[in-house]
Amino acid sequence: MSALHKAEALIWDIPGGIHPAERKELSNRTPIQPAPLPGRLTLPLNQHIGAPAEPVVAVGERVLKGQLIAAANGFVSVPVHAPTSGTVSFIGPQPYPHVSGMLAPAIVIDSDGLEEWIELTPQPDYRHLESSTLVELIRQAGISGLGGAGFPTAVKLNARPTQKIHTLIINGTECEPYISADDLLMRERANELISGIDILVQLIQPDQVLIGIEDNKPEAIAAVRSALNERSYQLKVFPTKYPSGGEKQLIQILTGVEVPSGGLPADIGMLCQNVGTCVAIHDAVLLGKPLISRITTLTGEALARPMNVEVLLGTPVGELLEFAGLDRSKLNRLIMGGPMMGFTLPDFAVPVIKTTNCLLASTTAELPAPPPAMPCIRCGECAEACPASLLPQQLHFFAIGQEHEQLKAHNLFDCIECGACAYVCPSSIPLVQYYRAAKGEIRELEQKQLKAEQSKQRFELRQERLRRAEEQKEAERQARAAKAAQAKAAQAQTAPAAADSAVPPAKPGQSDEQKKLKIEASMAQVALKKAEKQLATHASPELQAQVDALRSAAAIAQQALDSAMAANPPALAAAPAVDDGAVKKAKIDAAMLRAQVRKLEKLEAPSDEQHSELQQLRSQLEVAEKLLASLEAQAPAPAAKPAADDGALKKAKIDAAMLRAQVRKLEKLEAPSDEQQSELQQLRSQLETAEKLLASLEAQAPVAPAKAPEAETPDPLKKAKIELAMKRAELKKAEKAGSDEATLGSLRAALNAAEQALHQAEEASGKPVPELVRTDKKPIDETTRALKTEVAFARADLRKLERDDNSAADALAAARQRLADAERQLQEHAGS
Amino acid sequence: MSLVLIAVLALLALCLVAGAILGFAAVRFKVEGNPIAEQINALLPQTQCGQCGYPGCKPYAEAIAGGDKINKCPPGGEATIQALADLLDVEAEPLDAVEGEKPQMVAYIREAECIGCTKCIQACPVDAIVGAAKQMHTVIVSECTGCDLCVEPCPVDCIDMIEVGSTVQSWKWEKPLPPGQLIASDREQAA
Repeated sequence: MSALHKAEALIWDIPGGIHPAERKELSNRTPIQPAPLPGRLTLPLNQHIGAPAEPVVAVGERVLKGQLIAAANGFVSVPVHAPTSGTVSFIGPQPYPHVSGMLAPAIVIDSDGLEEWIELTPQPDYRHLESSTLVELIRQAGISGLGGAGFPTAVKLNARPTQKIHTLIINGTECEPYISADDLLMRERANELISGIDILVQLIQPDQVLIGIEDNKPEAIAAVRSALNERSYQLKVFPTKYPSGGEKQLIQILTGVEVPSGGLPADIGMLCQNVGTCVAIHDAVLLGKPLISRITTLTGEALARPMNVEVLLGTPVGELLEFAGLDRSKLNRLIMGGPMMGFTLPDFAVPVIKTTNCLLASTTAELPAPPPAMPCIRCGECAEACPASLLPQQLHFFAIGQEHEQLKAHNLFDCIECGACAYVCPSSIPLVQYYRAAKGEIRELEQKQLKAEQSKQRFELRQERLRRAEEQKEAERQARAAKAAQAKAAQAQTAPAAADSAVPPAKPGQSDEQKKLKIEASMAQVALKKAEKQLATHASPELQAQVDALRSAAAIAQQALDSAMAANPPALAAAPAVDDGAVKKAKIDAAMLRAQVRKLEKLEAPSDEQHSELQQLRSQLEVAEKLLASLEAQAPAPAAKPAADDGALKKAKIDAAMLRAQVRKLEKLEAPSDEQQSELQQLRSQLETAEKLLASLEAQAPVAPAKAPEAETPDPLKKAKIELAMKRAELKKAEKAGSDEATLGSLRAALNAAEQALHQAEEASGKPVPELVRTDKKPIDETTRALKTEVAFARADLRKLERDDNSAADALAAARQRLADAERQLQEHAGS
Repeated sequence: MSLVLIAVLALLALCLVAGAILGFAAVRFKVEGNPIAEQINALLPQTQCGQCGYPGCKPYAEAIAGGDKINKCPPGGEATIQALADLLDVEAEPLDAVEGEKPQMVAYIREAECIGCTKCIQACPVDAIVGAAKQMHTVIVSECTGCDLCVEPCPVDCIDMIEVGSTVQSWKWEKPLPPGQLIASDREQAA
């Protein structure tokens, strides 16, 4: 026993600290009371440090007490459970206990008063469980630090493998002047507390366990000591001083070791847990109950019955204070947390959350408004009071001057915002607020810098990607060009050969053999003619012989050809169908033959061969002409006629136009000579006749019907489209030129009319509207799509008008009407 | 005479040695790029919005290093101007922008109206819009810099710039009023 006392005696002190007036006796004289069940509970999704939980229930769903309603979203997050049975009535922004008074997402449950529990799975045999399973149990129970900060307990317990936790510290200090929740918890639930510590010990296997309690809680100390039994946990009692309850301060008091600046207790092998958290761990593991309630101190002079209550999370603060007998006339400030570190609540609708350890309804006399701040007199009181050994005065000046580097150099982020410096300040400077603002500023700047860095990276990566794509495109382009050049070269190489083997444009109706013979014959003829020419210029016996040889060869070739043609005489008649092509071909053949005949006839001294050739040609011509006549007779004349008509018409038009141009040209001449005058006269008369001819032709060919029926349909449509485009262009031009409203209006009207005309034309054309291929997931019928398009167009028009400051009011109204109509139609269609 | 000669020769030798060392150092420790431009670029907000008239933050940083004005960055605002003035040791000037400093914005695509034209995707300098041709697009809020370069190309005007409001998480404390700003009656009460 003496050894135990020795160990208890071994405590250290922290620098600074203050001794504010104690008001714990207000609330610690009555046992913990159960709070009444509220009709409606509001459960914010973010009752802890970390990412907000993700709702897993829907509005209208019935939930049981202890049921999971929001799951942890990420590693540093905590799930939320239903504190009572009832129906989920709302999920969305709700009042939230925060200095800003802003709303935060929450799940609202209307309780049914049945308190129907979900099936629980207690693990009384936790000693056989794996430590990971145990941590998972704690995580699933939604436990976060109940001391006030609300850090997820499971995350804290996930010890880094490199860092062995040798000391477990249980925080029963509760140094804030008013709060007595932990005090009452230790008095009444010491056994649960100790078994919770057992679970933690099982989990992290520390060398020593230290329980730290301030000496102003003798009953709690006694209760814990008696619950300890034979366990080797050390209960350490130390003098009351604010803020010994801070994690780092408590570690220093109990072990004499300081947590390094910017570090965590885990860095020096220590872990700190609040007594309330230990009880919650006990409930979660041994009873299977998730964290759905907590013990909260209701205190302050404005309450008739200050006390500690076990309250369901989500209970509105207002209802709770009514239960404690709130006198609203006396109430000055409602504070969540203690008077030193708590914050003023904006309204009574905010709920109790996992970190709510105290509600302080203070009167004006109790917590008077702080006197206005005076200039700093550099007395140095604050530096003496600071439990973190900082220089509050310096930090204050740096915060005013926004010297962030200096603030960081002076370890602003080691400030625990305990308020001791502001408490002792004779000038009543709100020092903590300066530090909080400076911290916020620095954090925001860092965030911005981080984002800027990220954006820069993304921008540079994008530039790099675009450059690469461009390069690749360029390379592909060059590869294509090279390939094309290669192909060209290859083609050039093979071209002569191809030309050799290439069959001359095949004339239908001639066999391959005939073609071959014809080519041979013509080639022989060419060679003969060449030789003859040479002979004519310089006659020599060799040449004469050559010419003779060639001549005979040519004759032989011609004969062969003739015989082949004769053997297969209807070469031309073989034209399978009596059609335009055949007629044309026959005509060409005839014309060619005629030309040949004429050529031969022109020769003054034809040789014998030529003579015979001429004869032959004449007979061929005869045959060809006969064939042509018969073909023309067979061919339905009208088929060719309109074409001829069209051609004539066109020609007449062209003639007229050309004449007109010439006339104009001549007319322009200032001093026409006589010749020119007469020419002009002549041209004028020509033009007149040409125009007459054109008129008669046009009269003959009734314009529209003469045109092919299929050519007619798209015409009005096209015209309407062109009209619309032109109107639009005009309007745009006018807008750009800054024309006055009247012209713009008329142009707009014209545009609308053109649009209408186009719509009519489209309808009249009966042509299906060009179908867009869209890869929609669900099929949309044509009408819906059309209506939607109309809506989108109408909206875009309206937006455009709205953005334009000087758009006419009636145009705006019309656009709005159009949009409304379109939307109504779409709705009607969707409804039908 | 020889003394003077020795002195001259010694100085010459020193000069040559020093010159050689300097020349070697200039080659060996050559800094790639413009270090001043890099430092300026680090201070710019990297929204890549082009409101300064340059195609991105880096070109503007290079322009500032080349002597351009430091007050052309509306997203950065007074804070950036102040930081640039401190870095370059020049006078801070008021922001040169029509609308002055704007709050942090984020683009929002009204997805029901998006026709999937991908024009905004091509316009986004930080690839913060996802989507494909004829598929709905959406903005990755955490990556959006609020540069509003995507608003203009949208053919159906379905992109809004929304102010990034303060949430419970992003809220920060206001600095208390400095003591000098007390009104007279408060001063009396305080005294």
